[in-house]
Amino acid sequence: MNAISEAFTTQAAAHDARATDIVRVEGLTKQVSTPDHDLTIVRDATFSVAAGETVAVVGASGSGKSTLLGLLAGLDVPSSGKVWVDGEDLFALDEDGRARLRGRLVGFVFQSFQLLPSLTALENVMLPLELAGANDAAARARQVLAEVGLAERLGHYPRQLSGGEQQRVAVARAFATEPKLLFADEPTGNLDSATGAQVIDLLFRMNREHGTTLVLVTHDATLAGRCARRITIDAGVVSA
Amino acid sequence: MRTLTLAWRMLRRNAHSGEARVLAFALLVAVAATTTVGFFASRVQAALDQQANELLGGDLVVIGDQPLPLSYSERARAAGLRVAETRTFPSMVSGPSGANLAEIKAVSNGFPLRGRVQVTNSPTERDREVEGGPAPGTVWIGLPLVARIGVEVGSPLKVGNATLQVVNLITREPDSVLDYFGVAPRVLMNLADLEATGLVQVGSRVGYRLIVAGEPSAIARFDRDTRAALTRGQRVEGVRDARSEVRVALERAQRFLGLAALLSVVLASVAVALAARRFSMRQTDGAAVMRCLGASQADIFRINAWQFLVLAVLGCLAGIVVGFLAQAGLARALSGFFQVVLPAPGPVPAAQGALIGLVLVLGFTLPPLLRLRNVPTLRVLRSDVQVAEPSSLIAYGLGFASLATLIVWQAGDVKLGTIAVGGFIVALGAAALAGLGLIAAVARLRATASGPWRYGLANLRRRTGASVVQVVALGLGIMAMLLLTLVRTDLIATWQRSTPPDMANRFAINIQTDQLTAAREFFAERGLKTPDLYPMVRGRLVSIGDRAVSPTDFQDQRARRLVEREFNLSWAAKLQPDNRIIAGKWWAPDDRDPQFSVEEGIAKTLGIRVGDTLTWDVAGSRFGARVTSLRKVEWDSFKANFFVIASPGVLEAYPASWITSFRLERGQERVVSELVSRLPNVSVIDLTAIMEQVQRITDQVSRAVEFVFLFAIAAGLVVLFAAITTTQDERIFEGAVMRTLGASRRQLTLAQLAEFLAIGFLAGLVAAGGAVGLTMVLAERVLGVPYVFSWTVPLVGLASGGLGVAIAGLLGTRRAVGSPPLAAIRAVG
Repeated sequence: MNAISEAFTTQAAAHDARATDIVRVEGLTKQVSTPDHDLTIVRDATFSVAAGETVAVVGASGSGKSTLLGLLAGLDVPSSGKVWVDGEDLFALDEDGRARLRGRLVGFVFQSFQLLPSLTALENVMLPLELAGANDAAARARQVLAEVGLAERLGHYPRQLSGGEQQRVAVARAFATEPKLLFADEPTGNLDSATGAQVIDLLFRMNREHGTTLVLVTHDATLAGRCARRITIDAGVVSA
Repeated sequence: MRTLTLAWRMLRRNAHSGEARVLAFALLVAVAATTTVGFFASRVQAALDQQANELLGGDLVVIGDQPLPLSYSERARAAGLRVAETRTFPSMVSGPSGANLAEIKAVSNGFPLRGRVQVTNSPTERDREVEGGPAPGTVWIGLPLVARIGVEVGSPLKVGNATLQVVNLITREPDSVLDYFGVAPRVLMNLADLEATGLVQVGSRVGYRLIVAGEPSAIARFDRDTRAALTRGQRVEGVRDARSEVRVALERAQRFLGLAALLSVVLASVAVALAARRFSMRQTDGAAVMRCLGASQADIFRINAWQFLVLAVLGCLAGIVVGFLAQAGLARALSGFFQVVLPAPGPVPAAQGALIGLVLVLGFTLPPLLRLRNVPTLRVLRSDVQVAEPSSLIAYGLGFASLATLIVWQAGDVKLGTIAVGGFIVALGAAALAGLGLIAAVARLRATASGPWRYGLANLRRRTGASVVQVVALGLGIMAMLLLTLVRTDLIATWQRSTPPDMANRFAINIQTDQLTAAREFFAERGLKTPDLYPMVRGRLVSIGDRAVSPTDFQDQRARRLVEREFNLSWAAKLQPDNRIIAGKWWAPDDRDPQFSVEEGIAKTLGIRVGDTLTWDVAGSRFGARVTSLRKVEWDSFKANFFVIASPGVLEAYPASWITSFRLERGQERVVSELVSRLPNVSVIDLTAIMEQVQRITDQVSRAVEFVFLFAIAAGLVVLFAAITTTQDERIFEGAVMRTLGASRRQLTLAQLAEFLAIGFLAGLVAAGGAVGLTMVLAERVLGVPYVFSWTVPLVGLASGGLGVAIAGLLGTRRAVGSPPLAAIRAVG
């Protein structure tokens, strides 16, 4: 193989890799100003996540995990650097553009569930579908809730559900729009270990069945161990 | 559309929350207060409009205070118009059991040209409509005369020198909708009998009317031609300006009631602002989650705006319904004013009420809505991320501006509106300062208080902002009620006590110069004090100095009326004891120069100064003299007094009638009918009846105002609930923590009670302070009676404030005390 064809092949491979990357991060940095000094929470991170991968973002408390997650999902803006989600430059979009992109491609599961207290379990799951303008929101929401084992709890309000049930509603909500990418922020942080394990099983089952890319922020070693890949963050420095 | 569905779904749940209810209820109160007044006013307007023709008794009326020239009626007849004439004047009439002042109306054949008189045969029978007026030799009389002088259908009635037969009792005349000085009942007689009564003499105050009706084009031509020919003291009234004085009075009443209603709107706006802010706080996390799930900023705005709008529409609709029901109450409170059945109200006030509700919602929910729109999405990961608050000055500036616009609009006049806005700001500011000072003072007490009381007072201090808002809102509501109930009766009682026991209670007018001796003898024969008799000459003011006087020269309505009509001039050698010279000098006994002394109030209204020469027209001849003094007159002495008095020698040559005042004790009423049978042309005016009438009107008007201020109290309570709701979660959480630490239900209740009692007492104190201050001003400046402090006002203020707020407050926070700690903490979490 001559040099030219070798270069071509490498480029093609890179292009290929880029095509299957659901998330690509380049030189991502987040600084905040405090009265005393500037604090760098994420420092010059560059990595990518391939479609269908399961990735755990791990690090000590205050290492910048959640900030990194916020940046990947476009919930926060970086000081410098770029993030592409499914090939779209996240920060070239405005706030509403990012919201639309999330609605189309991204699902979320949070440590504190973040269900809307004024909506029932069914209505909470219907919410992202309706925001995306789906016509069969109720039917699809019912189906996903059945998948997570809550077919009997459709009309319950969040405060009438246990923590584990609330998180299952949140998982159903996250998968309802069949997102390509799912971010989970300490999804078991507020649950006891048995309930936590059930939710994790559920997340991985949904990942397999829907082919969704899973990016988990956790400091639970067991949970991190079940992911195919780890991204470690330590004092803002990301090692992919 | 999808945002509407979502909003509706979220509202179903949110509607159960305290703030949504407070918002809807605040709008209900504001809209109900304004629509009550609006509906009522529209009914009265409609009554006036419907009966505009009837009010005139025709299509056009020419009115004069002197006989109208024959040419007017000739012109009308020539134009093919129907014509009728009336003359009205007050006079005594006598029946079997006494004499009473009546408002005589002598009508020509054909009267009324439009509308019909309603009559009955006895007060217990149903009334019926009749064509035309009384035939010669007969009279129709107002119902009150039946009881007062013992006449009935078939009895004779003495009117001056004539005796006429009563054939009908009048229940409603076409030309009177409002009976607001119904002291003198109506006597309707035929014009042909007027001569025989001998009542129209020198100095009689007679109103002459020429009524015409017919083709609109002929009316328009007659209107134009007659207006061009009018002389002083004559005017033309068409359907549009019929009873303009009634209209002006009603418009004023409507404005005042409207402004009173706006106090509720102002208070309600505080509740709306508090509730909307709390609503937005509760939606903050939800908004962040929705942003996270793909909702745009516009979606967030719409979803929440729709919820506010639905609440607003519900609140406004309920308010309109309540307003519709309450206007019936207002109509009842003012029922004595109306002789007619008021027509049903139109839809305009409902629309205006809804508009006010929407303006409130827009003005005070926009800032929280904009805040929600800007919720940072990152809050889903980190709950400590703060929401950028819009500058409250800019944000609520819109609300204040819309309120100010509403007030000016309601006042119907920029100047009055600005004064009202200023008044509201000063009242709110003063109450807020007082509240702030009082809260600081009470908070110091907490060192000396024990247990739950200390905790309650500490809370009052910690939530200073919310506490001040509650104290101000409730304080103003209670103050309004104190003023209208206790203080009003107190003041009137003081004023009545301040009248001397020998004060005159009857006026006798229209005594002719040749009857002076007879009049003096009449009183002497009965052992009554011979009253002072004062001459009266009617004259029209022609010029002040070189300046010719014309009604159009004056902006002031009262000045215009004064100039348009004839003055009662009098002459005297000595200054009356209840008069005091405040500028210039009273004439010396031997001073033969013609001079005038003018009452200071009228001098100010017309711009008359000492040294000005006044020129008068009396019975066609003109003369002038200099003003040499200004007098202050004690009008409430109820003695005959005059705006303008001439020195001796100026007026004696002109035809005069005489006036006097005297006192009759209870049981001496017979004297009046004796005087009238001796001197039939003399009219006696019963001041006690007028005083009673004034009292009745005052009572009715203040009942109406009280009614409107009930809404202010309701608005104050809504503010209290709003403030409680704002701090509800905090209270529930603190309650749960305290119960976890071992506090009993009783201790928790006591702590809440301490806080609410303190708020209630402070509101009562602010109310009592304001009421006492205003009463002092009213007593000394307006009524001229010494102010007597009464403990009832502050005691009732404190008691009603303290108890009312404590009960309402405990009802509002029973969840904080009643729930098990864990459930309470979870509910908030």
